[in-house]
Amino acid sequence: MNRITATAGAEFRIAVRNRWVAISIAMMALFSLVLSAAGSSATGTIGADRLSVVVASLTSLAVYLVPLVALLMSFDAIAGEVERGTLSLLLTYPVSRPEILLGKLLAHLAILTLAVAVGYGIAAVAALAVDGEAIAGLPALWRLLWSSVLLGATFLGVGYAASALARRPSGAAGLAIGVWLGLIVLYDLGLLAAIVADNGGIFTTKVFPLALLANPADAFRLYNLAASQATSAAAGVAGAANTIPIWASLTSILLWPLAAIALATAAFRKVTP
Amino acid sequence: MTPTLTLQCLTKTYGSQRALSEVSLTVAPGERVALLGHNGAGKSTMMKIILGLIPYDSGELLVTGAAPGSPAARRQVAYLPENAAFHPALTGLEQIRHYLALRGENSALGIGLLERVGLGPAAKRRIGTYSKGMRQRVGLAQALIGKPQLLVLDEPTGGLDPVSRRDFYELLDGLAAEGASILLSSHALTEVEARTDRILILSGGVLVAEGSLGDLRRSAALPVSFQVTPQREALAEVALALPEATATGETLTLSCDQNDKLRLLARITELGSKVADIDVHPPSLEDIYSHFSKRAGQ
Ligand SMILES: Nc1ncnc2c1ncn2[C@@H]1O[C@H](COP(=O)(O)OP(=O)(O)OP(=O)(O)O)[C@@H](O)[C@H]1O
Ligand SMILES: [Mg+2]
Repeated sequence: MNRITATAGAEFRIAVRNRWVAISIAMMALFSLVLSAAGSSATGTIGADRLSVVVASLTSLAVYLVPLVALLMSFDAIAGEVERGTLSLLLTYPVSRPEILLGKLLAHLAILTLAVAVGYGIAAVAALAVDGEAIAGLPALWRLLWSSVLLGATFLGVGYAASALARRPSGAAGLAIGVWLGLIVLYDLGLLAAIVADNGGIFTTKVFPLALLANPADAFRLYNLAASQATSAAAGVAGAANTIPIWASLTSILLWPLAAIALATAAFRKVTP
Repeated sequence: MTPTLTLQCLTKTYGSQRALSEVSLTVAPGERVALLGHNGAGKSTMMKIILGLIPYDSGELLVTGAAPGSPAARRQVAYLPENAAFHPALTGLEQIRHYLALRGENSALGIGLLERVGLGPAAKRRIGTYSKGMRQRVGLAQALIGKPQLLVLDEPTGGLDPVSRRDFYELLDGLAAEGASILLSSHALTEVEARTDRILILSGGVLVAEGSLGDLRRSAALPVSFQVTPQREALAEVALALPEATATGETLTLSCDQNDKLRLLARITELGSKVADIDVHPPSLEDIYSHFSKRAGQ
């Protein structure tokens, strides 16, 4: 345990010095401010309180931003150590590879949590300031916060796995961008295209819900939208949120971080310094 | 006493290339062993195998009585890699504190360790601003953490200035006196000569020689060379008495086997005052080293 916290401490320091803490907080805060400002123009027409509306748009934002920040923070974690030549010395210490990974995860997850909390906090304050009813949206915001942290943990794990598989920072960066594009952008486009082609057949009714649950980002979106009052405020895949039970998406967002970290550990075990 | 390190018929290949061929050796507690060999001889490979960083093909290997790379072995072994590298964003002190924590030691010991290697004043500066020798010292400081039974040091004096090298070997002497075994590789033959108990020479992955410097000198049986400077007027006379000598200017050079050394010396002293000066050159460590390295076909 001591070894994990020591590793986390060192990683946190490195992230502060590399400005990762500042960059990720600034990014989340900026986007939240923009969303809050944009949301204030569409007043009460949907019948939900302002914070719930903001949460719905924050969800769409988080789906893109949280995985991006997580991958940016994690792609260098192992490949960078291999390239700098620091890994061989580290591995002669009485610390196991899972302990090293968990230490890094702890530090990066703390930074991500901080960034997300600051970003969402700003949005909440902005909503509460103009709409007294907005209190009703706080549970949704809280749900969004912890599920964002889980989403972040998933993509941190995916980033570590990419880092271990690529073994070079440049390759790991490429792999991370590819994963982000594939899972966040292309995956949904592919599903959409398949639905259009399928035209209400077996794919749309049977495969599509499972395909959404299998993708951590889609599961995250499903969970938050299904649980939120303002489903109608969001477009696209959200329609499916009504047909998939909430426990299914919850299970998916809970299992994904574990799976990603297991994947990262397996990939890290294969690295010889 | 049980040896700290035992290798038996250790073999390692990279693809089709043999990096180590059936290497066997033991290192006893408190022993300082130097590993010599040409570039690519397999020194770093052997060390990484001992540390459990890379796998080996066949043979037996016991490190402090445990399997290499096992948690028990890692607790007892310290390593200084060939080109010690650290995260440039951390300060020397933060880096050492991290390593202390990983070994379960009190992180307050950090500053003392850095002072021991002469990094006290730079402890709070980022490692990114350190010179090569200063990074090497951070590497040395981390190798001193805890009380390792075995120190594996890959070219530990690379990048150190002459005074720091001497300080470093004094540090090693202290550790060895307390019972730590030391395995170090080096290309600096003269410092190894004075500061280690035993020398191993690897050539092309084969252990071609092993023993103290005296052992190696005897088994190499290289000729001893003499330089005789006769009195100016007796030059011709001395040259006649020593017909096997080759003359260069005013000095005569001759060489003989170790066993004939005293006989030759007696013949020269017989010449009495006709000889102005005499220098005896035993084979240097470089000579012995290249003898063994060459014999293996380098
Ligand atoms: N990862 C690797 N893949 C393939 N071959 C390797 C690898 N690492 C080392 N070798 C080869 O193994 C041999 C031994 O290398 P090693 O690094 O052990 O030499 P060394 O004795 O430490 O040399 P130096 O004095 O230059 O440090 C060399 O021929 C080298 O090319
Ligand atoms: Mg080497």
